[in-house]
Amino acid sequence: MTNDVGIIERLKNHFAEGLETVTSIDQPTVIVPRGQLLAFAEHLKSVEGYVMFNDVLVVDWFPARPRFEVVYQVYQPETRQRFRFKSFVDESESMPTMTGVWAGANWPEREAFDLFGVVFDGHPDLTRIYLPDDWEGHPLRKDYPTGGNRID
Amino acid sequence: MATEEVRPAADTEVLSDETMVINIGPQHPATHGVLRVRLTLDGERVVKAEPIIGYLHTGFEKTAETLTYQQCNTITDRLDYLSPMTNNLAYVLAVEKMLELEVPNRAQYIRVLFSELTRLASHLVWLGTHVMDLGAMSLFFYCMREREVILDLIEAAAGVRMNPSYFRVGGLAYDLPLGFHEKVRDFLKDWPRWMKTYMNLVDGNPLINQRLKGISVMDRETCYQYGVTGPNIRATGLPLDLRKDEPYCLYDQFEFNVPTRTEGDAYARFWVRVEEMYEAAKIAEQALDKITPQGEFATSDRKVALPPRDEIYGNMEALIHQFKLVTAGFPVPTGEVYQAVEGPRGEMGFYIVSDGGPKPYRWRARTPSYYNLQTMPIIAKGGLVADVITAIGSIDIMLGDVDK
Repeated sequence: MTNDVGIIERLKNHFAEGLETVTSIDQPTVIVPRGQLLAFAEHLKSVEGYVMFNDVLVVDWFPARPRFEVVYQVYQPETRQRFRFKSFVDESESMPTMTGVWAGANWPEREAFDLFGVVFDGHPDLTRIYLPDDWEGHPLRKDYPTGGNRID
Repeated sequence: MATEEVRPAADTEVLSDETMVINIGPQHPATHGVLRVRLTLDGERVVKAEPIIGYLHTGFEKTAETLTYQQCNTITDRLDYLSPMTNNLAYVLAVEKMLELEVPNRAQYIRVLFSELTRLASHLVWLGTHVMDLGAMSLFFYCMREREVILDLIEAAAGVRMNPSYFRVGGLAYDLPLGFHEKVRDFLKDWPRWMKTYMNLVDGNPLINQRLKGISVMDRETCYQYGVTGPNIRATGLPLDLRKDEPYCLYDQFEFNVPTRTEGDAYARFWVRVEEMYEAAKIAEQALDKITPQGEFATSDRKVALPPRDEIYGNMEALIHQFKLVTAGFPVPTGEVYQAVEGPRGEMGFYIVSDGGPKPYRWRARTPSYYNLQTMPIIAKGGLVADVITAIGSIDIMLGDVDK
């Protein structure tokens, strides 16, 4: 794989402000403001040809604010190139859903909701995917206890 | 006859509108684990198929955050437990990328050899169970018998059959045992004969053809939308193979083809996987020629790989390294990395975020079955109940991989 080195320049020209480049050792990475996220994804898919969905995941940076980093990874199947973009969201805020752009974001977003409690606006079926519906808390959060109940 | 009484026409009209909801699984042999599929049926036609997962959820991602980088290796085995070696490989390559670690070529070739043997073992289980779902019993026993031979090879090198953790950050856990080359050569010599036996049973078999042709069609666009990888996307005509596109472990030195088909149905996926088995044996043979019987099997960087046992007894520094590695682990530079390999089921990747400590800050497994299974509602829709079973077998899911 050879990375598309010009892509960040092109994207920065198109989205005049707001994009922030991240130095990354494996693939081009940018931080996109949450408000521009959907427009950015549409552009990436229709103009740059990143039609293939790869993954959505969340990183919890507790106790930093905003708390959650949502990472999107996409793939360009013609040129076999990868691209990663991310956005930050706090506990009280919600993310736009990517299911309208890449339908495959459905389950990973449900997973993010289940395990981190990140809410995705407009998601067709935002319910818990792994854990039982009556589970309390979101286990992959950094402040979720790893030990069981103490028995004395 | 008393039963010849004809029902009024109005009644049948009411009946034809009714749909029925039934569950396949979670305890059902044809779901290859603990998958539950909620089917909405109109007669025998599937109106809606919803996979319900999570019955095997083990919280690996949370567990990994509490373990050191070497210890995480053991969880990767348990994700897709039919192809543990490729999971190990994706993980150790990701960590090595962050450490910018050089691994000896011999270790890389051995990794290739075991990746391909695991691919064979995994595809054997798929072939046996998939054909058994379609109604053929005997092939399953042949496949399991031959898989055992491969597991014996893995046991000879790693000491265990199922969850070997043989690949470690920096190389391998141990060197190959004496006489290992002969064992693999014996296996590769028998392999074409075994493949011929299997093909005699399935190739041109009218029952298998009828159960697979034109069933559960997945088009290229669906694959793109859902991130479907591996044999499933190659059955739509796109030769997407990370061994070719992003060569890792010196895969660019090997000669092999990427089998593709264009139909995108269960039949195409079947033959893509079968042809892959021939290719995997070809790569294994080439890898074996490149591996010298004895030699380097791990990096000499003592900050990452354990020192050899005899060094520990006579060398103070080696003892300290051993102690530090076992008790504290090694620190990994701050940053993020994504590394994927071509597993038997598709793109097996790890996304790791490090905060500079000896334990991963975030450990994300991008397991192929999870994304492949998402297409289930699309490919099962409109088919018969029996075709749902075909669909599950032909996208080749592994529930340890789906539920992680």
